Amino acid sequence: MRSLIDIQELSVKEIDEMMDVADDIIANPKKYENACRGKKIATLFFEPSTRTRLSFEAAMYELGGNVLGFSEAQSSSASKGESVADTAKVVSCYADIIAMRHPKEGAPLVASMNATVPVINAGDGGHNHPTQTLADLLTIRREKGRVNNLTIGFCGDLKFGRTVHSLISALSRYTGIKVVLISPNELKLPGYIKSDVMDKNGMAYTETTDLMEVLPELDILYMTRVQGERFFSEEEYLRLRDSYILTPEKMACAKSDLAVLHPLPRVNEIAVGVDADPRACYFKQVLNGKYMRMALILKLLEVTV
Amino acid sequence: MNVDSIKNGFVLDHIKAGCGMQIYRDLHLDEIDCPVAIIKNVPSKKMGKKDIIKIDADIELDLDILGYIDPGITVNVIRNDQKVEKKHLSLPEQLTGILKCKNPRCISSTEQELPQIFKLADKEKRVYRCLYCESAFKE
Repeated sequence: MRSLIDIQELSVKEIDEMMDVADDIIANPKKYENACRGKKIATLFFEPSTRTRLSFEAAMYELGGNVLGFSEAQSSSASKGESVADTAKVVSCYADIIAMRHPKEGAPLVASMNATVPVINAGDGGHNHPTQTLADLLTIRREKGRVNNLTIGFCGDLKFGRTVHSLISALSRYTGIKVVLISPNELKLPGYIKSDVMDKNGMAYTETTDLMEVLPELDILYMTRVQGERFFSEEEYLRLRDSYILTPEKMACAKSDLAVLHPLPRVNEIAVGVDADPRACYFKQVLNGKYMRMALILKLLEVTV
Repeated sequence: MNVDSIKNGFVLDHIKAGCGMQIYRDLHLDEIDCPVAIIKNVPSKKMGKKDIIKIDADIELDLDILGYIDPGITVNVIRNDQKVEKKHLSLPEQLTGILKCKNPRCISSTEQELPQIFKLADKEKRVYRCLYCESAFKE
């Protein structure tokens, strides 16, 4: 039995195979509509995340399975002081697979160490968010036809943005990736990711504070939200939130085949006017997230179609 | 200076000069009821000066703590007045219950019953990361 806590637990081959399955689901959805009949996923969301939770639930419904769970800690036994370990043991009795979102880093790992069913990390604090990474990778492959040999810009909050950390970690195992880190000095990528992930894997990267300076060379632009809940000071948040806003005017100097990704929700870092641009791929990315979660559920439940 | 030889126990050798007392404390040797000798600033060809600890009791030694403090220490196991084994230490791959995660966002900060586990992430830089949140341990 396998869980998915960190994207590094999946080999490149496994990720590629899951992307193949996702492509097949997109092409032949009927084929998969009863793949998980009789199976249940428990979505244990200890902090609100409508998007990720709905994605898991939609994924399971489209595989013919059922869904149970909660969407905030107040409606779970955690509010009575139950440990994550106990919650995992109890829910294992009801569900075939668990997707867990938790504000504390490492909580899904603790759950996986105690559950008797597979556990999927649906985001743990500022730490990991592997299924978002799977959505990102599928979007890159579907938009560019490959995951190798690309110049990928990451813009915004690179310090607390866990989706950025997970995606860089996953991309470090592909070849020919050039990363451009675009952020205010206060929100730069943590040093340990540069040393432990990028340097260790010989990944080329540059850092800048100026989006416009590098935009013309990018194949992919991965925008992120400056997340208010990760800040201790409201004043700091308001000062940095507007640092990097993508507008239709800025898009004019980008490559014609650029793909703009964003893990969503956005605040104002991508102007609504960009949505109509065919290079805006963030809503396709949401859909791709559902397909990759379907592929992941099939893999962890060892269901073949 | 003469220190009696030991019958059954351990000689911790090649301790960096000045670190003997710290190891005495970290191994909780003050809590055991047996002869323990800390010999400081012993001349050493290899190290210039070194500390040595002799423990005259067959206790359970936590080699992980020792390896973490100083992987250069050698542990001589003494049985019936004879050295029967010489253990060379290394940085342990995993430390359980030795370091404590200081990341307030880590699950181990709120769920106190969880064992504090750290994994060796970088041997050269002596970096240990929390099993749960992967934060590097800082002294």
